[in-house]
Amino acid sequence: MMDPDVVISIRDLVKTFPDREGRDVKVLDGVSFDIRRGETLVIMGGSGCGKSTLLNCLIGEYRINGGSTLYRTSDMDAPVDIAGLTDADLDRVRLRFGILFQSGALFNSLSVAENVALPLREHTSVDPSVIDIIVTLKLQQVKMLPHRDKMPSQLSGGQKKRAGLARATALDPEILFYDEPSAGLDPVTSAAIDELMIDFSRKLSVTSIVVTHEMDSAFRIADRMVMLEKGRVLRIGTRQEFESLRDADPATLSTDEDRLLNQFLNGASSGPLTDRDGLSMFEKLLIEG
Amino acid sequence: MTEPSASGRSLAARGVIAVGRFVDGRVRGLRSFVAAFGALAELLGQTLRGCGPALLRKKSRLGRESLLDQMVRVGVRSIGIVVLVQIFIGIIIALQMAPTLQQYGQLERVADVVGIAVVRELGPLITAIVLSGFAGASIAAEIGSMVEGEEIKALRAHAMNPVRFLVVPRFLATVVMLTGLCVIADIVGVLGGMITAVLVLDIGAPVYIEFTRQALKFSDFYGGLVKAAVFGLTISMIACHEGFNVSGGAEGVGRATTSTVVKSIVALIAVDVVFTIIFYVFKI
Repeated sequence: MMDPDVVISIRDLVKTFPDREGRDVKVLDGVSFDIRRGETLVIMGGSGCGKSTLLNCLIGEYRINGGSTLYRTSDMDAPVDIAGLTDADLDRVRLRFGILFQSGALFNSLSVAENVALPLREHTSVDPSVIDIIVTLKLQQVKMLPHRDKMPSQLSGGQKKRAGLARATALDPEILFYDEPSAGLDPVTSAAIDELMIDFSRKLSVTSIVVTHEMDSAFRIADRMVMLEKGRVLRIGTRQEFESLRDADPATLSTDEDRLLNQFLNGASSGPLTDRDGLSMFEKLLIEG
Repeated sequence: MTEPSASGRSLAARGVIAVGRFVDGRVRGLRSFVAAFGALAELLGQTLRGCGPALLRKKSRLGRESLLDQMVRVGVRSIGIVVLVQIFIGIIIALQMAPTLQQYGQLERVADVVGIAVVRELGPLITAIVLSGFAGASIAAEIGSMVEGEEIKALRAHAMNPVRFLVVPRFLATVVMLTGLCVIADIVGVLGGMITAVLVLDIGAPVYIEFTRQALKFSDFYGGLVKAAVFGLTISMIACHEGFNVSGGAEGVGRATTSTVVKSIVALIAVDVVFTIIFYVFKI
């Protein structure tokens, strides 16, 4: 039975990909956790740990090989497992969430305003003049109104993400997914994007799922955090719990898991994540394929 | 148990392993060919199903307006190069055939040869080959860049079908414009032969036109147009399929464009063989 306060429930999620010899390799191996309505959950982990794969499974981009991904948005009477949905049914669930992609993923052939208007034009029967007003409001929210008629190629990285965020929120979603929202941005622009995310989360009561490995950003925006390692959940907890782990002296930590988390959260070059060759376990995983 | 080293194996064992690897490679190749063919057929099915909604819906700029954009890009911009190539083809056929026909005292028949060769065969085929390099590669590169830029993922995430938005306009534009270009190619090819006949072979223009008119049947003309439409379908499907399967950044996009041109040319000639057999059997 799914808790009514939970909007997404992931249970024993398995995702495999074939390697060069055609053998299945588990990228996600039994991932389970719940995402509560209105919270901001940060999914983090090193390169190759499976966090982007997890995001792709959550948005239905990848079909999972085992387990379940249950959604319960406000318009649903009962939880729906997106793993068993047809493309048409999956599209109906997708209308309840928005996604900010790493690059912004604006459609290059459309202007900023047309990008934001596109989901409204496609999925609503609202009058074009009303769509224009909604687009203006959405662009105002992300401080992109002066750039409404520009093409994506004329925008900076931060502006593309703002415009992408305006488009992601065009249909007033209940859930917002963010894929590496701070990647490639300077600290000031990154902080501004974080503020926008906090704004959306608090003022509009949107549930936010953020995939990132930018720790400053993660601690600014998170209510709860999930640490993935080798395709499994290493730890899930509140921001405060992760903050105390980050601030602890490694010598005082009793378990390998705590020491590993401490190293990751501090971005330290020495610790259980790094072997004697100076290679992190993530780098080794990538080298080994 | 450890595997013995290659040098430790007998000649017979190495031979069996080599044959096994060869057969395995061929089976894998055949399997991937069948899989690619199946994927193309599936894409074609989705595209045909998406044609109606894409044309009838007024909402999206990626719909009908996109079709016009694509028609300009695929067709209008290709006219110059198609005209140039087909004039050359007409000239080449006329000059190549003239000495042989002259031996039989049938020099005027050069008009028949040029007319039939261009209208039935070389008009649609050469135009399609030009278009596979001109438009097919560009379609693959454009869709491939959209894959890399997460635009395709964004379309799906916004519950929009990439096939309807991207493939349908390109498919319709390529089919319609290749058929139109084929008409131009036919006329220009015959014109190229006539220019050669008048300027080099001393055959008068009215004689050349009369021989061309007598040699060609209407079925030659529409048969060529049907071929052109199927060639357009082939190029657009291969280009879109290659574009959607891009991976590996800019290098992957480059691979997809090259692969589109190579696969399109092979597929066009294979399709042409099928048409030729059908036309031969049914005496079209």
